[in-house]
Amino acid sequence: MVSIDVWNASVDFPIFDAKSRSLKKLALGKVGGKIGSEGRIPIIEALHDINISLRHGDRVGLVGHNGAGKSTLLRLLAGIYEPTRGSSRIQGKIAPVFDLGVGMDPEISGYENIMIRGLFLGMTRKEMEKRVDDIAEFTELGDYLSMPLRTYSTGMRVRLALGVVTSIDPEILLLDEGIGAVDAAFLEKARDRLNDLVKRSGILVFASHSDDFLVELCNTAIWMDEGRVKMQGSLREVVRTYKGRDPYEHLSPETLERIGQSPVLSGNGGE
Amino acid sequence: MRDAWRQRELWGHLGWQDIKQRYRRSVIGPLWITISMGTTALALGLLYSTLLGQELATFLPYVTVGFIVWNFILGVVTEGTEVFIANEGLIKHLPAPMTVHVLRMVWRQVLFFVHNLAVYVVVLAVFFPALTEQYKMEGDVVTHPGISWTIVLAIPAFALLVVNAVWVAILFGIISTRFRDIPPVIHSFINLIFFMTPIVWHVGVLNKFTEGDGNWKILIAEFNPLYHFLEIVRAPLLGQVQDWHHWVVVGAFTVVGWALALVALRNYRARVSYWV
Repeated sequence: MVSIDVWNASVDFPIFDAKSRSLKKLALGKVGGKIGSEGRIPIIEALHDINISLRHGDRVGLVGHNGAGKSTLLRLLAGIYEPTRGSSRIQGKIAPVFDLGVGMDPEISGYENIMIRGLFLGMTRKEMEKRVDDIAEFTELGDYLSMPLRTYSTGMRVRLALGVVTSIDPEILLLDEGIGAVDAAFLEKARDRLNDLVKRSGILVFASHSDDFLVELCNTAIWMDEGRVKMQGSLREVVRTYKGRDPYEHLSPETLERIGQSPVLSGNGGE
Repeated sequence: MRDAWRQRELWGHLGWQDIKQRYRRSVIGPLWITISMGTTALALGLLYSTLLGQELATFLPYVTVGFIVWNFILGVVTEGTEVFIANEGLIKHLPAPMTVHVLRMVWRQVLFFVHNLAVYVVVLAVFFPALTEQYKMEGDVVTHPGISWTIVLAIPAFALLVVNAVWVAILFGIISTRFRDIPPVIHSFINLIFFMTPIVWHVGVLNKFTEGDGNWKILIAEFNPLYHFLEIVRAPLLGQVQDWHHWVVVGAFTVVGWALALVALRNYRARVSYWV
């Protein structure tokens, strides 16, 4: 069963400046009193008392200002950071798409990058070879796939990264903002594929500032503020409280029908 | 650890990629590894055999093998201290077991070692007659039997060296990620250690000063753990007499080192992503 549970989790970063990160300081500290001991290392509390419980089929949007802890939360959910206090339990195969430059080698071809990405996400070489054609077709990169990655535009890299993560049947998909660089036509294709993926098996967590993306991909939302969960609920309510306007109000009736929302939230139409 | 082993295709591929990457767009590619080792070994062998008054036919192979093994140790120690620091991006963006980065680095060093082994094969071919007969190096008390079937002992010896490389990288990697002074410290002392270790000179030379008895001077080599690691691989490849105590020392280091590395891994594995 795919699930994410986080109980009272906090993530604190120790900030070692050049002085306190050295042995010299530790050694001297013992001699001359308490200077430079562990307790004096400043700490940034990136996340504070997070309680989240996600189940199969949840499509969660993360909203919040810059530095509110969205990316850190995604990394906590990916298992990259283990909580310094509290605990977390993540069950399911995780596929993160965070920074598009990382884990991609600019000097090697798109095909080779697909292979490496896939291996990093826990696939075997054989499994990836089977999927390469599928990815090539989905990304529409064609002959570009045999060119070095440094010749790609940002949008093309996003296509490649999304192509890989959606092809490997992940159970938990974590997306950070970067995917905004793709064009509308591709987004539509990606949306179908992502929706399909979430329906089949899984959880999607997506951090974004763009209402349009959130509306397309998510149904619930978490509002992060200063490392805490400020609000958690349906996407519409959370975004309305966060931004002060209904994210659906300017959407066309067709879009609304497709994503299964009524044009005006009942009882709050006037806002 | 087990997860990392399961992902062996990943680090295996990445290790290869690292080597191919380094020589992309170069005409003879990874052959450069072999060529640079060949020239260094040749020059050092010529120089030191003259300086120490040694027979070139046996001393050049000695320096070559010593230098090849040393290069492996050097690579593991220097890159081991930076194994997590250098992979900061990957650690922060992709959830993979920490040991994957270590195994990738060690695997890369093993591949370098294999490339360098080509130099050994050439040297062996050239000096084959001298090395297969009994020989003595200047200053030695014992006579070396020459290369025989004992050469296969080099295989378990190198395997043991690789096993040790993994714990060294895990332990030093974790410590250096927390205390950034460690890499510069190691970088500045590693050259000294190179000259203190019997690579371009051999332990037999010390006998000249000790008249063959145990003496504090011989301890320069005996107290150097790297000497034992070097000796278990080098002696079989050159058909030299090998004392069993080298294996004991190496075995002890393996056990103690792994114990420390596992403790460090258990207690601090989760902290590495915070420290990088």
